[in-house]
Amino acid sequence: MALCGGADRGSHSMDKSITLPPDEIFRNLENAKRFAIDIGGSLTKLAYYSTVQHQVAKVRSFDHSAKVSLQETDGDPLYEISVQEEITARLHFIKFENAYIETCLDFIKDHLVNTETKVIKATGGGAHKFKDLIEKKLKLKVDKEDEMTCLIKGCNFVLKNIPHEAFVYAKHADSEFRFQNTHPDIFPYMLINIGSGVSIVKVEAEDKFERIGGSSIGGGTFWGLGALLTKTKRFDELLQLASKGQHTNVDMLVKDIYGGAYGSLGLTGDLIASSFGKSATTDKEFSKEDMAKSLLHMISNDIGQLACLYAKLHNLTRVYFGGFFIRGHPVTMHTITYSINFFTKGEVQALFLRHEGYLGAIGAFLKGAEEDNPNQYSWEENYAGSSGLMSVSPELNPVQRARSGTFPFDMLEMDRLERQLVNLPLLQDATSYIPDTVDLTEDALAREYWLYCFEEALDGVVKRAIASQKDQPEAVERAEKFRQKYRHKLQTLRHQPFAYGSLTVRSLLDTREHCLNEFNFPDPYSKIKQKENDMALKYYLKVVKSVEELSWEQRQFTLAKGLLAGNVFDWGAKAVSDVLESDPEFGFEQAKQQLQERPWLVDAYNQWIERLKGPPHKCALFFVDNSGIDIILGVFPFIRELLIRGTEVVLASNSGPALNDVTNSELQILTERIAAMDPVIHAALREDRLALVQNGSSSPCLDLSRLDKVLATVIRERGTDLVIIEGMGRAIHTNYYAMLSCESLKLAVIKNSWLAERLGGKIFSVVFKYEVPSKAQEQH
Amino acid sequence: MDIGGTLVKLVYFEPKDITAEEEQEEVESLKSIRRYLTSHTAYGKTGIRDVHLELSDLILWGRKGNLHFIRFPTHELPAFLLMGRDKHFSSLHTTLCATGGGAFKYEDDFRTMANLQLLKLDELDCLIKGVMYIYSVVSSGPPECYYFEHPTDPERCEQKAYNLEDPYPLLLVNIGSGVSILAVYSKDNYKRVTGTSLGGGTFLGLCCLLTGCSTFEEALAMATEGESTCVDKLVRDIYGGDYERFGLPGWAVASSFGNMICKEKRDSVSKEDLARATLVTITNNIGSITRMCALNENIERVVFVGNFLRVNTLSMKLLSYALDYWSKGQLKALFLRHEGYFGAVGALLELPNPS
Repeated sequence: MALCGGADRGSHSMDKSITLPPDEIFRNLENAKRFAIDIGGSLTKLAYYSTVQHQVAKVRSFDHSAKVSLQETDGDPLYEISVQEEITARLHFIKFENAYIETCLDFIKDHLVNTETKVIKATGGGAHKFKDLIEKKLKLKVDKEDEMTCLIKGCNFVLKNIPHEAFVYAKHADSEFRFQNTHPDIFPYMLINIGSGVSIVKVEAEDKFERIGGSSIGGGTFWGLGALLTKTKRFDELLQLASKGQHTNVDMLVKDIYGGAYGSLGLTGDLIASSFGKSATTDKEFSKEDMAKSLLHMISNDIGQLACLYAKLHNLTRVYFGGFFIRGHPVTMHTITYSINFFTKGEVQALFLRHEGYLGAIGAFLKGAEEDNPNQYSWEENYAGSSGLMSVSPELNPVQRARSGTFPFDMLEMDRLERQLVNLPLLQDATSYIPDTVDLTEDALAREYWLYCFEEALDGVVKRAIASQKDQPEAVERAEKFRQKYRHKLQTLRHQPFAYGSLTVRSLLDTREHCLNEFNFPDPYSKIKQKENDMALKYYLKVVKSVEELSWEQRQFTLAKGLLAGNVFDWGAKAVSDVLESDPEFGFEQAKQQLQERPWLVDAYNQWIERLKGPPHKCALFFVDNSGIDIILGVFPFIRELLIRGTEVVLASNSGPALNDVTNSELQILTERIAAMDPVIHAALREDRLALVQNGSSSPCLDLSRLDKVLATVIRERGTDLVIIEGMGRAIHTNYYAMLSCESLKLAVIKNSWLAERLGGKIFSVVFKYEVPSKAQEQH
Repeated sequence: MDIGGTLVKLVYFEPKDITAEEEQEEVESLKSIRRYLTSHTAYGKTGIRDVHLELSDLILWGRKGNLHFIRFPTHELPAFLLMGRDKHFSSLHTTLCATGGGAFKYEDDFRTMANLQLLKLDELDCLIKGVMYIYSVVSSGPPECYYFEHPTDPERCEQKAYNLEDPYPLLLVNIGSGVSILAVYSKDNYKRVTGTSLGGGTFLGLCCLLTGCSTFEEALAMATEGESTCVDKLVRDIYGGDYERFGLPGWAVASSFGNMICKEKRDSVSKEDLARATLVTITNNIGSITRMCALNENIERVVFVGNFLRVNTLSMKLLSYALDYWSKGQLKALFLRHEGYFGAVGALLELPNPS
């Protein structure tokens, strides 16, 4: 949208004195390179690429070659933990009012240390206006990019990389925002950009799009005509007026003409027959509110109608709306949704995007960064650094906010992942797969409980974070910052549960991990994990031996129970971390006693045993959970039995740390040590019947639609026919209802009494879910 | 009668072959009504007989006579009913065929105020019947159906007769207060494709609010004088010329009223400019929706009717231009002289045979 010369001009020079909070905005500027800017009618969106130095916990095996056996290493820790600096790539996007553009440019100039960048990519109607200012301040050459191309590029990027990017808006529903699953194939789709005018674009592939139509009746019409009719200057004030008005006072409705409905055509009496029709026939004053409302309906309905006509002509069903007319405004999202619903009789849903305001900036940035091949990587929204949907953003009451003296801005940060993420090839239907079991955006009771739960657990997490870095005195201060950040996130989510897409236990856990990382607590559990692994290894042979003495039936049961008992050891669950912290000797045997007696809460053990009496599986994929007793005394004896049966095993573990979950690098060391003691494991490793593969995630939960591509390849190559998912995070909070195209086991001990009760059980209830897809589904 | 949201359209068949005998039998009230209708061209302050549309020597129900076309604002309907009562219209025992929403809304008023029973008819049925009838009976004088030749070239643009002998399929766009778009496949096979609330009522309503005018004629006169390019934001205002990447010409409107977001520009436009911009906005939008419907329904001929087009050559030329330009010559915009009266004519044809 082009800038209006007059309305905003007075404010462009405003507040040079304002100081920007450097910790919060324009982060990592020192390493910034590749800038892009999108200047719209009232907001500027700045994008840059930066590298972030992170501390990461690394584990390294001690050299034990001099020692003959494990027994002699008593007292020594199993492996060495070190903290290293790692550099990761991050995309920063900041949105602020045009009024602050000069302040921001100055700030960037002052903080930009060493950049080789010579060019800044620019898009948006305001780009030409600020061209000279940008070139003068930043000494960068402004390189203009086509607005529409940037928009589409940005749209493709967010649709591909951000789960729950798109949502349906339902004003009167319990949850206004209904987030959509990421469809593995985002094309084709239609984007309707409502700026001053309307552009309707059909996107068929990454670089294939076409403007199929448009309309001159758009946001500029609402604003311009609205300003004439109501003498109200600002766009958002006009929207506020509209939200208070009654359009029926101004519009001529079907019932004004017919006295009721026009039944034979199915037109209801409340339908608008003629927009502003009453102001043509009645000689009276109309209120500003009513006129603004009538105008809003007129324009929204018109755009909706055209959108539907184009969608029908081009046979498109995915229709996204964007542009400043839509951006974060519930009023317009509602009227557009209503219109689309009316004109397609519910066949097409209007879709909106969480990061719609950033599309141009993202696209302009990607244009400039093509040589870095950003599309070859997978990216992840960083919850710690992103403001979230409907945050206290510059769009909302800009006047008020400007007066309050704070600098209103909105941020989005995307981390580049080292691996490309893909779907688990064994999902029955990737398009309908939803990782999370409970959507806390919709389930208010569950939301309240979990938000409370995470708030309660915060002290403990802070304590643990400090304890993990005893040698660093400033850790206390950092931990406090972490506490504030995460508490603030929880508060935001309490009021805006939709801020980062659907709120789930997984997103709460991931947000916590992101916040911990942000303050350089990469792995607060590293030492505990080390200690527990150490301790558990000592019992490994004993457990294996005792199992070997049992009859086949008894052995299978003991192995299953062992797996479940091992899973009781989980620092992620509050009830357990209490016990663990007060009684470190809480042993494996005790854990077994804690377990619920059969029949379990979900008990498919008999079917599983029947299956085991049959031919061995070709290859089992095991998503492992905790380190220590869980992995060593639970998982290893279990897979050992599978290996003996002739089943290959792939152990999939986290790429990065999360709680006390065993990471891939830890698992490598543990497996080596076990192999040194146990010829079965040793042989399996040597013969490549046992493989350790990272899953691409650093979450205590599991999203089967975002797995490391290498893992997906391994799974496919080995003809995997059994998937085992273990633990509350991976098998209950997520994937409980996931439908796989092969046999699956979902195992967990419910270590949370609220959740246990919800599932109809008690604390330490056992879920042993064994599923076999029906023949028809297998073919699918 | 066709009682719309803004206007009442009245069609009156005046038999011219009345024998002396008949005349003798005729009640006084009928004579008085006939005299009143045919000897005036204006009724009260707002009723008007469109004399130029009158059709003479028609044969209806075996009678030869003239068809008169009269209109008055819907809000004057009560006055009309009182007049009907005073002139003892009900004593004639004639059925009054009525269509349009008002036939339903005011049915009770007709009964209580004027002691009249209405034969209520569907407006779209009447519309199509009326169009086909009028086209079939007009044989001399100005052509009923016409189009604008060379619509994209103002120098050469001129009105030409169009032969609608084989009319189907056609898209019939009725622009009254609101707009209805019908796809007509044969005499009795049609469907309402869609409609829009941005119609004649919107043009007049917005003009009243923006300029303080109060009639369609005033609004139209102002629009004729004004210039919309200072009100609207054009493609060239944004891109400095054509937006070639997407084949948008610089003169195309990018944002209707888009320039009005700036105070200085708001202060410098005239009422005439605003009226013109309103007309252009509404007209182009109807053109745009029509074009999409034509594409979706795969119909190339579009007939525009309705009172929005009355004395509104500006809009007709705009529609002709828009349809021709954006369809690259595929679509043809057609117009009919009796633009607003087809519903009323269709209703008249439903009159049970009086003989």
